Amino acid sequence: MQGVIVAETGYRVVVEIADQIKKKLQLLQPARVELLNESQLHAGPASDSHFKLTLVTDQFDGQPAVKRHQAVYKILQEELAGPVHALALHLYTPEEWESEKQVPESPQCAGKNTYKSTS
Amino acid sequence: MTTEANTENSVETVIQDQINNNPIILYMKGNPNAPQCGFSAQTVQILMACGQKFAYVDILSNPDIRANLPKVSDWPTFPQLFVDGELVGGCDIMVDMYQKGELKTLLDESAASRGEVTEVAEDVEGNAQV
Repeated sequence: MQGVIVAETGYRVVVEIADQIKKKLQLLQPARVELLNESQLHAGPASDSHFKLTLVTDQFDGQPAVKRHQAVYKILQEELAGPVHALALHLYTPEEWESEKQVPESPQCAGKNTYKSTS
Repeated sequence: MTTEANTENSVETVIQDQINNNPIILYMKGNPNAPQCGFSAQTVQILMACGQKFAYVDILSNPDIRANLPKVSDWPTFPQLFVDGELVGGCDIMVDMYQKGELKTLLDESAASRGEVTEVAEDVEGNAQV
């Protein structure tokens, strides 16, 4: 579905951040957007900080992975500088998505000093 | 005053030197024996599995590098892997490439171009991690 977003959380602030991210990502004219709050995988009070994004757009045609990620990072510059500490990205062209349709698991952030990981 | 700008420039020079002088270098949280983040831990595991020597920088103990590398690499998060001076990517890209066998190929080719076969992680000062 066009622009579908899934934010699995009870926290209003997360919904707001997710909405903000979703709005900005429309720049990429995505055929599919899924945003998952994975903060529960991480130690510490990180209820709204760790996300996993799956995005499918034909704008990624012919672009290497690094360029795709940089395009998303640029759009979400503010969020990454602020509340979002980790953003796992799984970025596909429509053709790639048709053949994969499965997104890898994110790692658990175990141990101490980890809640501000990957900022 | 230009002091701050100069410091920033020198940190960027240090980063460029590290990237240029270490053909396989990982910027990570913690060190390979004690990664301080799940994403860093996963990338270390992958690099170890690929079997080539790699350098690393612990950005938690190098706050200047942590603050400035994202500007140099145009990449806001950690870990970050560079091979032969080029940004390969972070954890997601490394996992994806590893699963496709592309990462091992890339690292093997990089090492082969230097005639290397060692399998030890070193920090940028050259202290081997056992």
